[in-house]
Amino acid sequence: MGKKVALTGNEAAAHAIRQINPDVIAAFPITPSTPIPQTVAQFIADGEMDTELVTVESEHSAMSACIGAAAAGGRVMTATSANGYALMWEMLYIASGMRLPIVMAVVARALSSPLNIHGDHSDIMGGRDTGWIQLISENSQEAYDNIIQAVKIAENKNVMTPALVAQDGFNTSHTIEIWELEDDQKVKEFIGEYEPLYPMLNTDEPVTHGAWAPPNWYFEHKISQLKGLLDSKDVVEKVGKEFGETFGRHYGLYEAYKLDDAEYVIVAAGSVCGTTKDIIDGLREDGVKAGLLKIRLFRPFPYEELAETLQSAKAIAVLDRVSPAGAQGGPLFTEIRSALYDTQSRTPVINYTYGLGGRDTQPKHINSVFETLKRIVETGKVEKQFDCLNLRGEWR
Amino acid sequence: MAEKLLNWDEVLIGGAIKDPGNSKQYETGSWRVERPVWNQDTCIQCMFCWVYCPDSSIKVDENGKMTGIDYTFCKGCGICVEQCPTKPKSLKMILEAESKGKTEEELRKEVFSSEK
Ligand code: SF4
Ligand code: SF4
Repeated sequence: MGKKVALTGNEAAAHAIRQINPDVIAAFPITPSTPIPQTVAQFIADGEMDTELVTVESEHSAMSACIGAAAAGGRVMTATSANGYALMWEMLYIASGMRLPIVMAVVARALSSPLNIHGDHSDIMGGRDTGWIQLISENSQEAYDNIIQAVKIAENKNVMTPALVAQDGFNTSHTIEIWELEDDQKVKEFIGEYEPLYPMLNTDEPVTHGAWAPPNWYFEHKISQLKGLLDSKDVVEKVGKEFGETFGRHYGLYEAYKLDDAEYVIVAAGSVCGTTKDIIDGLREDGVKAGLLKIRLFRPFPYEELAETLQSAKAIAVLDRVSPAGAQGGPLFTEIRSALYDTQSRTPVINYTYGLGGRDTQPKHINSVFETLKRIVETGKVEKQFDCLNLRGEWR
Repeated sequence: MAEKLLNWDEVLIGGAIKDPGNSKQYETGSWRVERPVWNQDTCIQCMFCWVYCPDSSIKVDENGKMTGIDYTFCKGCGICVEQCPTKPKSLKMILEAESKGKTEEELRKEVFSSEK
């Protein structure tokens, strides 16, 4: 049986890693994810795990060592944040291209400059096209549950693609919440044994990893890789269901919160969803049909399913915790709008950037979003397609 | 030695290669712009060219003697010429285009005649 514990999001990730007990972890400390490898190192020192912990000199080296260990045939994990994730960039593509099912806990944080160590989604959104599966967690429980599921998803024979599990820096990583820690043995049984496809350490069947592919081969390999990533969608759903049957907490591709008949809808990912749900509960009591579409799987992006759930909406606000950086809107916004283009719905969709560099997003800010959505439905007019939440000075 | 090109749904996952040594199927000599020409008359068999050649394209017989260049794989980098210690050099680079239709012996005479 699982037990209720009061621990931080980082500790939730560390406990998941302890129970998974991977063959190798290579990691380099960076705020706010440092407590993950730190706690894991303590578990190893205390004899609770027998993972080989490789302490490296940078995140580029961390991911490189993970790639080497995974190519050798090991079950491999790591953790990072922000600039550390950015330093891994080159190697992230190599891990996914080599189809190594590494699982990484990312504590999402702002990228410098200006230097800032607090939460936002600049890191994971910047890496959205690195070919990794991306699962985003709302809270500690989800961070824990998602890491366990990510192992099973990434290692599926049809997938064989690395996966990252994000939680929000500080909002989740350093906040003590009550969540359910499952039984060690039960987690072990759930993830099962890992069978690598072409382990380098199998000297009976020599294999080359990371070779070059000239123009007459590269394209085919990249499209084969894409198929593995896309196939992970069904596996995410299947593993989410199995997880629910085993541990009682069910997961799908997304979470629909009071969405069935919702007219005013927020689409968001991460810890802001908790605040949004509270506001929706209040609005529902007043008879306002408000709802939330919480993004869980961001890569591969389940655009058909998400568009389907948004069909009842009369106005939609997409919250991006990252600057649009010159695009029409944030990454979540452009994906959602694009997904809706193929459907009957011509619902107005607006976009907010919020929470950059740890900026607080409070109930009143979420309330203001719903107010704006109501005004759009009443007047039929969108005054601002893009705006900022809790920014000093009006965006224009 | 033409390689069989596979479709995207046939390639091995992750670009792994299960048949070791298949780089032999890739003829690095196919895109050579310049080629080294060898003069056995001045060669002292020091084997420097063999040590430095990045493509294992210096041919050696069973007695360990250098016997020429493997033009299937020589990519024409010129490192062997750089390393050759004899004066004058026993290896020289010429444009690949200028070698067309000529035998190795003809080329050797043409390239090294002025030094005789
Ligand atoms: S030119 Fe380069 S590749 Fe060709 S034989 Fe000389 S060293 Fe080897
Ligand atoms: S480096 Fe020059 S002298 Fe030495 S073996 Fe090669 S060709 Fe002959």
